[in-house]
Amino acid sequence: MTEHFDAIVVGAGPAGNTAAYTMAKAGLKVLQIERGEYSGSKNVQGAILYADALEKVIPDFREDAPLERHIIEQRMWILDDTSYLGGTYRSADFSNPPYNRYTIIRSQFDRWFSQKVRDAGALVICETTVLDLHMDGTRVVGVRTDREGGSVYADIVILADGVNSLLAKKAGFHGELKPRDVALAVKEIHFLPEQTIEERFNIKGTEGVVIEMAGKITKGMVGTGFLYTNKESVTIGVGCLLSDFKKSGVSPYTLLEEMKAHSAIQPLLAGGEMKEYTAHLIPEGGYNAIPQIYGDGWLIAGDAGMFVNAVHREGSNLAMTTGQVAAETVITLKTEGKPLTAKNLAVYRKALDESFVMKDMKKYKNIPHILDNNRQFFVAYPNLVSQAAHTMLTVDGIDKKAKERAIRKNFASRRSVFGLLSDAFKLWRAFE
Amino acid sequence: MTTAPPPPAARPAGRRSYKLDARLAGYKGVWVFIECERGQAHTVSWELLGEGRKLADTLKVELAAVILGPPGEAIRGLCDEAIRYGADLCYLAQDPVLSDYRNAPYTSVLTELVNQYCPEILLLGATTLGRDLAGSVATTLQTGLTADCTGLAIDPENRGLAATRPTFGGSLLCTIVTLNYRPQMATVRPRVMPMPTPQPERAGRVIEHPLALVEDTIISKILEFIPDERGQDANLPFADIIVSGGRGMKRQENFQLIWDLAAVLGAEVGASRPVIQAGWASADRQVGQSGKTVRPRLYIAAGISGAIQHRVGMDKSDVIIAINEDSSAPIFDFANFGIVGNAMTILPALTQAFREHLATLKRAC
Amino acid sequence: MHILVCIKQVPDSAQIRVHPVTNTIMRQGVPAIVNPYDLYALEEALRLKDRYRGRITVLSMGPPQTEVALRKALAFGADEAILLTDRAFAGADTLATSYALAAAIKQVHEKLPVDLVFAGKQTIDGDTAQVGPGIATRLGMQLLTYVSRIESLDLDAREITVHRRAEGGVQVIKTRLPSLVTVLEGVNDMRFATLTDMFRAARHPLTIWNKEDAQIEDITKIGLKGSPTAVSKVFAPKPTDRRAEIIETQSGQPADLAATLVGKLFAQHSDLALSISSSSVSSARQS
Ligand SMILES: Cc1cc2nc3c(=O)[nH]c(=O)nc-3n(C[C@H](O)[C@H](O)[C@H](O)COP(=O)(O)OP(=O)(O)OC[C@H]3O[C@@H](n4cnc5c(N)ncnc54)[C@H](O)[C@@H]3O)c2cc1C
Ligand SMILES: Cc1cc2nc3c(=O)[nH]c(=O)nc-3n(C[C@H](O)[C@H](O)[C@H](O)COP(=O)(O)OP(=O)(O)OC[C@H]3O[C@@H](n4cnc5c(N)ncnc54)[C@H](O)[C@@H]3O)c2cc1C
Ligand SMILES: Nc1ncnc2c1ncn2[C@@H]1O[C@H](COP(=O)(O)O)[C@@H](O)[C@H]1O
Repeated sequence: MTEHFDAIVVGAGPAGNTAAYTMAKAGLKVLQIERGEYSGSKNVQGAILYADALEKVIPDFREDAPLERHIIEQRMWILDDTSYLGGTYRSADFSNPPYNRYTIIRSQFDRWFSQKVRDAGALVICETTVLDLHMDGTRVVGVRTDREGGSVYADIVILADGVNSLLAKKAGFHGELKPRDVALAVKEIHFLPEQTIEERFNIKGTEGVVIEMAGKITKGMVGTGFLYTNKESVTIGVGCLLSDFKKSGVSPYTLLEEMKAHSAIQPLLAGGEMKEYTAHLIPEGGYNAIPQIYGDGWLIAGDAGMFVNAVHREGSNLAMTTGQVAAETVITLKTEGKPLTAKNLAVYRKALDESFVMKDMKKYKNIPHILDNNRQFFVAYPNLVSQAAHTMLTVDGIDKKAKERAIRKNFASRRSVFGLLSDAFKLWRAFE
Repeated sequence: MTTAPPPPAARPAGRRSYKLDARLAGYKGVWVFIECERGQAHTVSWELLGEGRKLADTLKVELAAVILGPPGEAIRGLCDEAIRYGADLCYLAQDPVLSDYRNAPYTSVLTELVNQYCPEILLLGATTLGRDLAGSVATTLQTGLTADCTGLAIDPENRGLAATRPTFGGSLLCTIVTLNYRPQMATVRPRVMPMPTPQPERAGRVIEHPLALVEDTIISKILEFIPDERGQDANLPFADIIVSGGRGMKRQENFQLIWDLAAVLGAEVGASRPVIQAGWASADRQVGQSGKTVRPRLYIAAGISGAIQHRVGMDKSDVIIAINEDSSAPIFDFANFGIVGNAMTILPALTQAFREHLATLKRAC
Repeated sequence: MHILVCIKQVPDSAQIRVHPVTNTIMRQGVPAIVNPYDLYALEEALRLKDRYRGRITVLSMGPPQTEVALRKALAFGADEAILLTDRAFAGADTLATSYALAAAIKQVHEKLPVDLVFAGKQTIDGDTAQVGPGIATRLGMQLLTYVSRIESLDLDAREITVHRRAEGGVQVIKTRLPSLVTVLEGVNDMRFATLTDMFRAARHPLTIWNKEDAQIEDITKIGLKGSPTAVSKVFAPKPTDRRAEIIETQSGQPADLAATLVGKLFAQHSDLALSISSSSVSSARQS
């Protein structure tokens, strides 16, 4: 295959799709290669979509994207063996369009996104696996696929092949994942009739609920559980550090089974049929775990670059943002006629450092521990939490420290309970 | 049957009326097409007469057998047999052109008969012949056809035929009705309906339908018929005893244990789909939705989970024995006897136990 | 030579789930695939093209997403792909489906005469095996169903000879073109598409026809309106009342379990002894 492209994108998840879309829209000749039968075919899981990241790429996505429900209520539960203690934050404001967070079914969402990528003019090839990178010295010049005549070349290769990026490892861009850098998350989709869901969660229309869970359910391991409502299904899952799973010897499956059996959760799933059980790694290492993400003729975006905000499982929006920034970096260099060398591509990392991505990554470095140590305050300051929650839950790409500053001000003005404050902040962080 | 979404469930028949035009109300009687190749009737035709009898009685109409074939006593003889199996009358159309099955002449003759005598229901076996013929006849008659049915009933409200069949790979059943069209056509799976017991004393009429077909007008020619060498291929549908193995047999070698037990019982060997796909057994041994439907006296399933697609092919067996490691395997939900354990150790023991038992039987007589 | 292949995109029934409460099909996350049986038809057509040259047109009726299936066919080597899509086609049963497809094939035939139409044995969602015969009947083509082998094809004499799977044997049939062939499963292995093929397929413009383009003469004959049959109910197979009697013994030894089972079996079903002892004379054949 002698054909040459401006850019090759490996992977058709949120990161790859955003990168391919953005570059194609800018008129670059883009090839995207996806291993799955179609984009998203490997992602049957339900997930939460944060509007802002996508909005920046496809402003009118709400018109035709397959969105399940928009979140109007966030519950935060701390569970012990039999009971749970929780706060609910529900605000009519969350029901005022444009909505900020949605539940989605990845397989449907990714497929929709992929169509956009095609429409933008990128060449999208599925059922094709990239096996290797073609190098010219230290420079990446193309990829080798598993198909006959399967080599193809480009000025740049963007690796968006997801967590545990085989390619990046092969090419030695980053080493093996360390167990403490990744969480193993398992989740299931349980199908329930639409009205049952609406009754159980007291929602209507396309309203949805998210429950974040911590406490005994993780058997002392660092991690959280989560539950989202989709149109006619409920997504439930739990994720803990791989290293903790190793230590405790608890199997992720039993963990989820016991969690589902919990008196607080069981009734929410009753009568449902389990459809899909997926186990998947989420990079949790956060900031410190981020590998080298650029080099001569290559960039890494999304999970492949360990960009996941573990606490909020905001992976897909970080994936989109990194994908977008990667694409824009390439576009600028190309229009300026600059070569795509490591030196020039360094602006990618710089741009990310500026963006909320890295700031949040830094900020949430050690959240899970805070989360374990501050349960009591969850009751002590419900209003405070909810205030915080509201501001914090509006994910809008403003970095969260800035928001806290705002909150801190109005909070301090009302009452000043010394040290407790700082704890309270930790709390907001843990619980928004 | 649906070509595109919405799924069947989203297609309430109520939306369209069952009301019959006066013209169609004149269609009366239940017909069963008697499938015969080389003078031999396919047993599914007799099974259908058994079922057709019930429908006709419910509707209080006559049950007719339709027999097409070459001139000669062999075919004629089938009329008496059909009557013994429950038909009130037979339509007999004989012509040299009909000696081998060919779509075109069979379609034109059957269509002609239907248009002349106007039955309300026309049933055929869901065989390669039946499905080939039914598809063309229904299209020529511009009427509804329900394929591969596993259940037939009359809807008391409108005297219509309610045909039930598996759909979506057997994971669901659906009941299909024909609206304002006649006749209501259906093909029915062999071995799903019980074989009726023939009644020698039954009498009935034979209505001969004269034909004057011209061979030269028929474009397709049969150059040769290569019969399957008997013995070579499995004859599962009619086996009295079947020993089946599934993925749980783990390896091809282990499958010999199935053959060993079968040998002692003089049984046929069946298999689940993964086994066929793995190449441990030939395709004609697949039992289930996309394989054979069987109804033996005894069905022994080893290492088979009992997935619905397998089940639909065998749960009409008189007695089912299941051997499975997993006590919660679905197959135990519809088997008669179960042994929870490793098939590799249970099977040899079972083979031995049967051998001994049979020995004692032989000594007894 | 011009072969038209009918393919359908179907939900992967292996992954279909039935809703336990509402008994409806849960399509959420169920991938759509090319009807597996149709791939045998396509591959058989491709092999003829390899031998005799010519063109292959794939035709599918379905929702817009069907494009994926058609592109797959293009990647394997089809030259043209036509998507027949229109709300008016939705909910069609086999009679209405064959009407629409036949109409479309007529249009294709006008532009470039069709020698052969290939279809799969059946679909895994409809499972009817009726659309093929339906199309042939409507177009007055010679119908060859359950074809396991194409013995010979003579384009000058316009004759084709095939092996057709019949009950208890194989018919060797010779007939005239144009004819419609439905291909038996397992008769071939689908080829792999090269990366170049993938590129070609991804870039190839699809022909998309609505009911006007297909020149549907009588719109009362398509879609839900044109369907004589209606689904009155969909339900999950009812669990049988019988629950297996699990054989247990003190020792739990295979030998004891087996003996106990055989004992109970003949005690409760004495009639079985007959059919066994009679048939056990002729012992099973290993194949
Ligand atoms: C249990 C769980 C719950 C989560 N919940 C949320 C949530 O609620 N909200 C949220 O925002 N995020 C969530 N995430 C994180 C989110 O799923 C990921 O961060 C996001 O999918 C990352 O996108 P990506 O494009 O980087 O990688 P991916 O989505 O993994 O995409 C990578 C793609 O590359 C393809 N690929 C891989 N290797 C190759 C190759 N060699 N050749 C060709 N193609 C290849 C894969 O098939 C895949 O399609 C969750 C993750 C898990 C595990
Ligand atoms: C459209 C469609 C059509 C299909 N048609 C058919 C069909 O016609 N026929 C068919 O059979 N399937 C068919 N299937 C496949 C069907 O869905 C199941 O996948 C299949 O029947 C499973 O076969 P199995 O029970 O052998 O394997 P599995 O489901 O894997 O079950 C293996 C069983 O063996 C048990 N086991 C494992 N080890 C041992 C041991 N040492 N001793 C004892 N037990 C052990 C396990 O507990 C398990 O229950 C179809 C599927 C689709 C989608
Ligand atoms: N909507 C469709 N579009 C194109 N071809 C179809 C369609 N439906 C059925 N067919 C063809 O007809 C064959 C038999 O389908 P069915 O009668 O549904 O079992 C299939 O294998 C296809 O080749």
